[in-house]
Parts: sequence; C-alpha cells; structure tokens
Amino acid sequence: MSKKHLENADMELALSRVDGRVKVTGAAKYTAEVQLPELTYGVLVESTIGQGMITALDTKKAERAPGVMAVISHLNTPGVPEYKLQNQDVIQKQLRVFDSENIYFNGQPIAVVVADTLERAQYGASLVKVVYAKGKSATSLENNLSRAVMPKKTKEDYMRGKAAAFKDAEFQVEEEYTLPSEAHHPMEPHSIIAWWEAADKLTLVDKTQGSQNTAAIMAKSFQLSPQNVKVISTYVGGAFGSALRVWPHEIVAVLAAKKVQKPVKLVLHRNQMSYMVGYRPHTLQKVALGASKDGKLLGISHESYGKTSMYEEFTENVLAMTRMMYDVPNIDTKYRIVPLNVSTPAPMRGPGEATGSFALECALDELSYKLNMDPIELRLANYADQDPDKKMPWSSKYLKECYQLGAEKIGWDKRKALPGAVQEGEWKVGYGIATGTFGAFRGGASMKATFKPDGTLLLQSAIADIGPGTATTMTIIASENLGIPVEKISFQLGNSTFPKAPQQGGSNTVATVGSAVVAVCNNLKVELAKRAAKQKADWGNAVASTIRFKGANLVNTDEPSSKIEFASLFGAESPNELVITADAAPGDEKNKYSFYSFSVHFIEAHVHELTGVVRIKNAVSVIDCGTVVSPKTARSQSMGGIVGGIGMALTEELVLDDRNGRTVNASFGDYHVPVQADIPQMQMMFVNEKDPYLNPMGSKGLGEIVIIGVAPAVANAVYNATGKRIRNLPITPDKLI
Amino acid sequence: MDNKSQKENPSGSSRRDFLKKSSAITAIALTPAIAVKASDLKLDEKLSEAMEQMPLNIEINGEMHHLKVEPRLTLLDLLRERLKLTGTKKGCDQGQCGACTVHVDGVRTNSCLSLAIMNDGAKITTIEGLAKGNELHPMQEAFIKHDGFQCGYCTSGQIMSAIACIHEGHADSETNIREFMSGNICRCGAYANIVNAIQEVKAGGKV
Repeated sequence: MSKKHLENADMELALSRVDGRVKVTGAAKYTAEVQLPELTYGVLVESTIGQGMITALDTKKAERAPGVMAVISHLNTPGVPEYKLQNQDVIQKQLRVFDSENIYFNGQPIAVVVADTLERAQYGASLVKVVYAKGKSATSLENNLSRAVMPKKTKEDYMRGKAAAFKDAEFQVEEEYTLPSEAHHPMEPHSIIAWWEAADKLTLVDKTQGSQNTAAIMAKSFQLSPQNVKVISTYVGGAFGSALRVWPHEIVAVLAAKKVQKPVKLVLHRNQMSYMVGYRPHTLQKVALGASKDGKLLGISHESYGKTSMYEEFTENVLAMTRMMYDVPNIDTKYRIVPLNVSTPAPMRGPGEATGSFALECALDELSYKLNMDPIELRLANYADQDPDKKMPWSSKYLKECYQLGAEKIGWDKRKALPGAVQEGEWKVGYGIATGTFGAFRGGASMKATFKPDGTLLLQSAIADIGPGTATTMTIIASENLGIPVEKISFQLGNSTFPKAPQQGGSNTVATVGSAVVAVCNNLKVELAKRAAKQKADWGNAVASTIRFKGANLVNTDEPSSKIEFASLFGAESPNELVITADAAPGDEKNKYSFYSFSVHFIEAHVHELTGVVRIKNAVSVIDCGTVVSPKTARSQSMGGIVGGIGMALTEELVLDDRNGRTVNASFGDYHVPVQADIPQMQMMFVNEKDPYLNPMGSKGLGEIVIIGVAPAVANAVYNATGKRIRNLPITPDKLI
Repeated sequence: MDNKSQKENPSGSSRRDFLKKSSAITAIALTPAIAVKASDLKLDEKLSEAMEQMPLNIEINGEMHHLKVEPRLTLLDLLRERLKLTGTKKGCDQGQCGACTVHVDGVRTNSCLSLAIMNDGAKITTIEGLAKGNELHPMQEAFIKHDGFQCGYCTSGQIMSAIACIHEGHADSETNIREFMSGNICRCGAYANIVNAIQEVKAGGKV
C-alpha cells in the first residue's frame, strides 16, 4: 500500500495546539479559577450510610460557626421547581437533591454549608450532625443478580438466526468475564460557580462537556426561560464522560446561590469524584462462542449484567460490538441491569464497547488457542465485509490494513503460539491483540464566523474541549478550507450562548462541528465572491471549492487573473467586520451506510515469574478513523487511550465495602491510575483513508476506539506470556502467582 | 473532635473560645449590656478572628507579600484563593497527584501538603513565574512542541516537577525520568510526550 498512513515521526511535526501557550503558562482559567466579586464557598455534607433515612439533622453549631452564611438541606431547601411537576421521566430520573430524608447510597449529598472562605465552609460542614434510621444496603453485583431487570427502554432481547447456536459447533468457548467499577478521575475535580443575576436569571461557570445541554437541563429544573440560563465552560480539565450530564452537586450550588444571593463556588474533593459523578459500572458478562475447525464462527451468545442505582436506569451498549463486528450467522444477546444502593453510573470513555470488547475479544483469543490458529487469522476468517446486523455496506472500513500494519510494527512474528514459551531473564514475554470499534456519528451544529479586513477570522461554537484539542482541529479545518494561515484564525468555544453544538462525547465533535466550520467557511467565500462580482464580473461564476485566500487577496483558482483585495469587499454598512453564520446537519447517509471507526491494539507484556508484576513493554495501535485532521493531537489522544486501557487492564478497580456501601479506595493513593513508570513508549499509526460519506473532512470518530480493545489486548498478551487466563480485571499480581 | 482531644480538653472549649474570653471584650471590662450586644453582633468572633491571623512574609515569583493568614490555610489555597495565582492546580488536595507542585526555595513541593505559615521567609516559584515576559521557559516550549498534555490541568505541576527533575540530576535516563516523574498523574495519558519534552530540555543544557 502507498505510504498514506501516519506514524509517530510524521505526526510529531504537525501543528501544535493553538491553546498550548495558555496551558503551559497557567493562564488558562478552569472553572474554579474564574474570579467573581463576593464569591462564597459551598462544601457538601454527605450521607455515611448506604440506605435508610435521616431522622435528625442538627445544623445549629454549623450555622453559628464563623463565616458560615447558610446550611441548606431537605429541611430548608429553596426547592427545585421541576420536582413539583408531574410526568417525571421514569427512565432518566436524576437523584432529587435535598427532596426528602431518604438515603439511596453512601456518599449522597444531604446538606451544603456555605461560608465566606473555603476553610470556614469545610469546618462548618464538619459540625453538621446527622442521625439516621439505617436500613440494609445492597451493593454487591454478584450477590444480587436475582434483582436483575431488563431496562425499561429495551423491548426485547436481540436475536439473529438461532439462539445458543454455539452448542452445535465443533469448537466452543463458554466463559464469564468481570469488569470492576472504574472512576473517570479527570485531573480537574468537578467544579461549579453558580449565581443568580436576577430572580429569573441564572449564570454558571461549570465543568461540563456540553454547555448547552447543561443550560437546557438547568432551565428545565428551575423552570427558567432558556435564554435566561448561561453556562460557561471555557477550559475543561478532562472528563472522559463524567461531565455529560447535570449532577447533584451542580443543583446544590444553584440552590445555595439562591439562598445566599451571592455566587457560590463548589468544588468536589478528589474522593467525592469516585461516587458523585458516575463511574464505569461493575459488569458481569457471559460469552459463548462456537466455531468450525477452520475458525468460522457459527454462533455467539453474550449476556451482560451491570450495576445501576436505585433511582435511575443506566444502560450502555455492552453488546453492540458483538452484534456487528464479525460475520456470524447466529447471535443472541441479553442485557440486564441490577439496581443497587450505589450512585448512578455514567458513560466512561468507550462506554459499553470498552466493557463488551473485553469479553468478546478475550473469548476469541481463547478460541484461537483451542483451534491452534493465529488470533489475527481467526479474526480475518470472520471478517465482515458488510454490517451483518444492519445488513448495510460500511461507509468505509480499513481494518485489514490495521491488522497488517500493526503486525509489522510490533513484530508479530516474534510471538510464539505456545503460551509461556518466551523468556527474558526472570520475565515471561507475551504478545496480544484485540480489535476495537465504535459507531461514527455526526449531529447538527451551527457556526459563527467574524472576518475582518486585516484577514483575521474568529469562529465561535458552544462545543467544549475536554482535552482532544478541538480549537486546534477546527482551526486546521478552517485554514485548509480558506487558505488563511492558522495564526490568523481563532476559535472560541465552551459557552452556551455561542452557536449550537452537541456535547463533546461519543467521538462526534470533528464530524459534527468540523462540518459546521466547513459550511461557514464556504458561506464566507460565497458572500465575498458575491461582493467581488459587483467589481469584477468574472467572480459571478466562482464556487466555494475554488475560492482561496492568498495573502491580502481573494483568488478564484479557476481564474488565476481574478484576484481581488478582500479588504475592498467590506461594505459601508459594516466596514470593520463581516459576520457569517452557517448550519450543518447530516443527510440521509445513515440510511444507506453503516458508520464505524475501527482500531487494532497490539501489546507486548512482560510478566515477572516470581512476583506476578506485569510490565507493558510495547504498545502499537493502528486506527481507521478516516482522514486525520490534526495529526499531533490525534496521536496524543490515541496514546491516552492506551494509557487508560492499561489502567483498566492492570490497576483500576473501585472497591465498595458491601457492609455499608462506602467506597474503600476513593483516593488516588488507593485507586491506582497509571503513572509515568507504568507506561512504555508507544507507536500510534493511522490508516488515514477518507470516509467518503460522513462529513466533508472524511473523518470518523477517534476518542473511544483508542481505548476500546486495549484491556483485552493486555489480557491476551498476559495469557500468551504465562498461560494464565485472567477473566476478572484488573490483572493484579496476586492473580498471576 | 476525636476522643483523644476531648480527653485533653474536658470542657470542650476551643482555642477560639479561649481567645474570645480573654480578648479585648473582657479585658476592657465592658458593662454586661454592651457585652451582650457585642456578642449579638458577633464582635467577639471578629476580634478572635483577628487574633487568629498569623503574619506571613513570603516571596512569590520575585514579589514580596506581607500577609496575615489563618494557620489552617494551605500554601495551595493561599496561591489560588487569596492571591488569585490559579496556575497552580488542585487535583486531590492530599499530596497524591502532583498537580499543585511548586518550587519552595528551589525544591519541588506539593503545595497542598504545606501550610502557608510554614513557608514564612521562603521563596516560592509557581508556573506563573517561569516565563520572562513573552519568552517562555524552555520546558514550557518543549511541552508545547511535544504535546505533553491534553486537557492541561496537570500541566503546571508536570512542568514544575520536570524542571526540578533535571536540577536534581534525575533526568539522565528515560527510566529515571519515568521514576522521578511518577508523582505527577496525567489522566489524559501524555506521559510518553512528557518524557520526550524533558529529554530534549535536558539535552539542550539550558536548565
């Protein structure tokens, strides 16, 4: 194949982040850093039981403490107007904040203390005394499988062909895989500053992946006119899915601001990040595969049981990959959730598929050993040339190229089929692969462009940037479309009053918002051409695709003599700027094609014979995400996926004390995310072939597929190294010795 | 209050109560009626509050600050909440993530684990003190070039740690860099890029 694909060295030279300077100088203001006059501080009081009722709440001492301005609980809350309405959505029923004395999980916010300094609010919160009528809490998934229910929004279990067809096959694998709960733990704790500018006007600086979504939910909750709620989230210090909704602490801050009539800042403590803003739910899966001796899959049966809270149904697409990844005639899947005394989970990077792929891709690896077949060959034997679920052609799929490029890069031929056959000193060496996939989505978005006679362009969108480098990518799209150098383009985001954008989640930002950038750039060019035509008639035929900015001029590349100074095109009515807006929305392409991004992850793992310590020595990811717009940031995002996947595979596990439902390891000292010493040099590769149908850039999503499949690749490498199959993550040393 | 401190202080009265009783309100022998009114207006609180403030002389990024602070105020909250130097980040507030790393007399320190008053007379350098005008510190330049961050929230701490890592002599090998940068968590996973940035700055010899 021609060298179109991108490797590390190609990407290191690409454009650096446009917001790099403000991030390395500390000038970027994240939520809790925005300065406001008369700022007050809120600190939460949380329940210390997992189930039951508050029978007494003594706030007197806290109220009298120095600097304390208010203590708010269910006894004196100003109230959330939406709670009084009927017709509550029964599926998405957020925890009702301070609405009753009921306790549903350990760590539930039950009061807030507001004071003039943080120290005084913290001290005040320590003075609130709570008496409970304690009930018996249930938090163990394994012990409560009998409570499993089909989610209300699911009509029936999925079936294609015949159920349990694996049983008829010559070669079978039937196993259970468990994944513990995992915390998102973005480095910036969830934070909010709330204030009421008037009795009916609310402004928030908030950590959110969607300023407009948060504004809409707040408007509904407090029964305000949507244009009277403004949400600002200029810089977001990571989220990974934890900031895709409004959480109780955000409602608390708004209630507190109402009570004290001043801006209230509320920042969660690191430990609260483990149970107040969602988590990837603990999930038990049963997978059964059946294949003929040439590796052709005849049937897959896949069941999933995941945790949810007592007050809300949380679901994710754990089984989606099983239904579309391989060309299999018979598939049956069953998805259940188990309501427990825990807070509601949340989508976490690669939601659903990251969990499902662990079971599916490990089971395939197990099958490959039974068949004595190379794991890549097994996947190729079942390669789906069209979507076997929707029975539609793929919009684009370069997964075969991914297998080939990655195998060459990691040196797959060094892998021995016999587990435990390769030894380096005290370390056993193994190689593993797994495949990842995630739907490639595009939504609707709008964009505003302000172009000035000096050739500078300002673009504005409500979209958030939680880290992937959205402003950088959008700047590149505009620059490539127009020919305006990147230094002259600025991209402003993270403000609900800016033009419409979706939440930053589900890997759809470039496809959705990038399309709006293209649309507004095209509109700008057409408008300027229209104006140019009044001076020079040959501009009348110019179309957006052939118009370029070149220095101080506008040029029609079809008519090289056509150049005109764009500064001369500003009319008398707006001599200083030209404002253009555009909307962009998907067409009917999703009725014709099935849109997915794909990835393959290769892992070289070394396992210490005596201690069971696992070291990842090399990692290669090869990715089919369509055209790569911003190579440097795309590469970093992919590396981040590997790092997250290594944490998922080897160290991350939220542990609850099932006696009281309390999180045992809420801190970074006890919940182990990967640190520098855990991470090898990694090689990221992109096929970089355009998707013809999803959007004008040819891009598909990236943020999820970089983690989906990493954990099973690690588990498969550990098996190849040791012959020990670990089916319950994380793969800690005790499981290997 | 835990059991131990209650035993040592059977009356349950705190330092604050003591200050109130012994403070100016009692000392200047006000008539009882006025004393009651003073109490209603929380004047006793205000007096004891003033007496609880400790003097702090501290140099931050070359600028002397003469302050009065509560003893329980951390260096991190002094920087972020009092002085509005928000470049230093709060990631965990318990010394486990490194986002709050600053240099105290040249030594990298988790500012969340250091009370402000413990730093009387110290020279503090924060991320805001690295650049000389528009000219970035070589480590800041290298972080941009090698994309040593994504969301940017751990970045200030990473950069302060990275500079100290070189000064300490711990940047002589990739393995050492990884080991001595392991106190700074990056959840976005920019670790490999951070190593590349440090190696380049070390090789450049300017730090």
